[in-house]
Amino acid sequence: MTLFFAILFYVATALFVGGLAYKIYDFARTPAPLKIPTTPAPTSTPGVAFRMFREVALFESLFKGNLWIWALGWAFHMGLFLVLARHLRYFTEPVWTWVALIQPFGIYAGFAMAAGLAGLWARRFLVERIRYISTPSDHLMLALLLLIALTGLGMKFLMHTDIVAVKAFFLGLMVFDIQPLPAHPGLYIHLLCVALLMIVFPFSKLLHAPGLFFSPTRNQTDNPREARHVAPWAAQLEKN
Amino acid sequence: MAGPEIKAPAYREFPTVPALQPDSMVGMNPYVANEKMNEAIGFPGKLVDNWEQVAIAKMGELLTKYRSLKVYLDSCVHCGSCTDKCHYFIGTGDPKNMPVARQDLMRNVYRRYFTPAGKMFPKLVGAQDMTKDVLDDWFRYYNQCSECRRCSVFCPYGIDTAEITMAAKEIMHAVGHGHKYVNEIIGKVHKIGNNLGLPGPALEDTLNGLEEDVKEDTGIDVKYPLDVQGAEVLLVTPSADFFAEPHIESLIGYGKVFHAAGISWTLSSKASEAGNFGMFIGSYDQLKKIAMRVREAALELGVKRIVVGECGHAWRVAYSFWNTLTGIGAGANDPFAIELQKQLDPNYKQPAHICEVTWDLIQAGRLKFDKEANDHRIITFHDSCNVARGSRMGDYAGGQFDIPRNIIKSVANKYHEMGVGTTHEKTFCCGGGGGLLTDELIDLRVKGALPRMEALKQVVDQHGVNFMATICAICKAQFTKVLPYYGFKMGLVGGVHQLVSSAIQLGNEQ
Ligand code: SF4
Ligand code: SF4
Repeated sequence: MTLFFAILFYVATALFVGGLAYKIYDFARTPAPLKIPTTPAPTSTPGVAFRMFREVALFESLFKGNLWIWALGWAFHMGLFLVLARHLRYFTEPVWTWVALIQPFGIYAGFAMAAGLAGLWARRFLVERIRYISTPSDHLMLALLLLIALTGLGMKFLMHTDIVAVKAFFLGLMVFDIQPLPAHPGLYIHLLCVALLMIVFPFSKLLHAPGLFFSPTRNQTDNPREARHVAPWAAQLEKN
Repeated sequence: MAGPEIKAPAYREFPTVPALQPDSMVGMNPYVANEKMNEAIGFPGKLVDNWEQVAIAKMGELLTKYRSLKVYLDSCVHCGSCTDKCHYFIGTGDPKNMPVARQDLMRNVYRRYFTPAGKMFPKLVGAQDMTKDVLDDWFRYYNQCSECRRCSVFCPYGIDTAEITMAAKEIMHAVGHGHKYVNEIIGKVHKIGNNLGLPGPALEDTLNGLEEDVKEDTGIDVKYPLDVQGAEVLLVTPSADFFAEPHIESLIGYGKVFHAAGISWTLSSKASEAGNFGMFIGSYDQLKKIAMRVREAALELGVKRIVVGECGHAWRVAYSFWNTLTGIGAGANDPFAIELQKQLDPNYKQPAHICEVTWDLIQAGRLKFDKEANDHRIITFHDSCNVARGSRMGDYAGGQFDIPRNIIKSVANKYHEMGVGTTHEKTFCCGGGGGLLTDELIDLRVKGALPRMEALKQVVDQHGVNFMATICAICKAQFTKVLPYYGFKMGLVGGVHQLVSSAIQLGNEQ
């Protein structure tokens, strides 16, 4: 089992990093030929940075759109963020001070994450419009994330596992020195789902994460009269 | 048109989200352009034989040219925030008019042909082959999107359905499946110079008649000049302003503003149209060709300033795209754009909206008004979608909301806002934008106007509003047609410069 998970995580990491890097490259190389910020939009670069910050950290547009989705989505994402930060302790030795400091919050975050996910999933059944637009993959994605959250919480509160050994396993992985992974069904499911999530990330709607940063309606400066904006393929047209 | 009588949907007591009525608009079949119309503007005459391949190849091409398309097709998480934001969904209840569902019509095909997940597990991600049924759905539902961008305001990733709609239309054109109304108009703008097909001599007659009317009305010789070499300002305005009601009232107003401020100006018979339907079909090529007429007219006439009349999408194209397409603007460092930019006066915004011009003059104290002249009007303002969400006026973000309102308040005493959530960036489209202002789509247009009509009804009931000002030729035409379905008089809609026209003092020449 140890070997299976070791290989799985190498493969998952490679696909995750490689796939994501390719997608980001692909987004970046595709030009935006016209100025299309959704206005009113910032007229300066710092303004755009501030708009992006509000979108990334506060989900500003979603807040305007739907309070339920915002509350559930924000709880889930912020929970996830803290939980991920908390998990850094498995990858650092000695553990960074700030990671040590947020450990207690990470636990609440785990609950927030699970609750947010459950709420988002419930909407896919309860709200007619959202039921209509949901595909099987939308449900599976939520199932996967919820399973990760629940097994994680389960190991924290119900069926402990040997986290010292888990840490040794991951520290070892990072230097290609494979250490035994504790045999624990909860842990197996947890890690399997995480690896799966990493693998599907670059091929699924999870691309919304890098996508947001490349969204022309959000990241463009509103200054078309002051500066001429021409994409390379469009400039080519001017030459004929 | 045969079929049941078209009726406005009932007002909703509370603005609740409508229940889904699947396929309620499936019968809405826009007219397909004929061979002559398609070919006249450089597209295949009719559906090409191997259209599936051509469509997919075109989609592939667009994916390398437009970051918006690529990022938006990849990024939607089906969160549902946009689902109840489209006026066409609100009015029709057809689930395919939910912005995300509209996007999915293309996204499903994209997934099938361009993503590993869709190639391997089509069912899982809802991927779909490009079939005739899909094409028919595209033609139907992408022609039920007015490209108003309301959905993009509420999407956490800024996904703009208008971008997807434009790409879909471009693909449909590439396979020879264009929309009659839009293609006919693009043909006219190239052949005659404007969307309405009004030739130069007719235009001149109209303007002469206008001068006489204004003279009769005010006793003053206000000019409506055409093709005047060396005028300071070139005014480019939607051709509806030349003869449609209430549009023409605003044209009269622009002339009075220039007259009162002593600014020499001219219209151009070559660029006698501000509208640019190239945007509606997503064609960069057409967008550029149509915009180039304005550049050419400006160079020929030697004007120092370019000003755009009251038109929504035209202002978006002018403000956001003209610099890119034609060099009308500032800040260029390439010979093509510099040729024009060195002619234009850098002390003014290029291009400028007529409202910016008027508001600047008001602030400088160069215009005087008799506000009481508008006292018979109780006014509200409808933000036109493309001005609100696709452009700006003035020096700060949101100037496009303040400047027209400031003008109205400077020329009239009685003004009331419509309800929060129906104006400014959240404004509702009139229901006729994006190349849908055609009779065969009247059912859709009536239903799509529902949210705006509800907001209007509120201020009519509460404040006795009897004039809805707007700055868009399409809004004016659409409302004129649709207001009666909701029990309003069609004269309830008019232009901002119509109000200016009523109140402006022209001095006491003669
Ligand atoms: S752009 Fe406007 S018309 Fe089109 S889907 Fe979005 S809200 Fe509806
Ligand atoms: S709001 Fe954006 S991400 Fe959410 S369903 Fe609509 S298009 Fe997709």
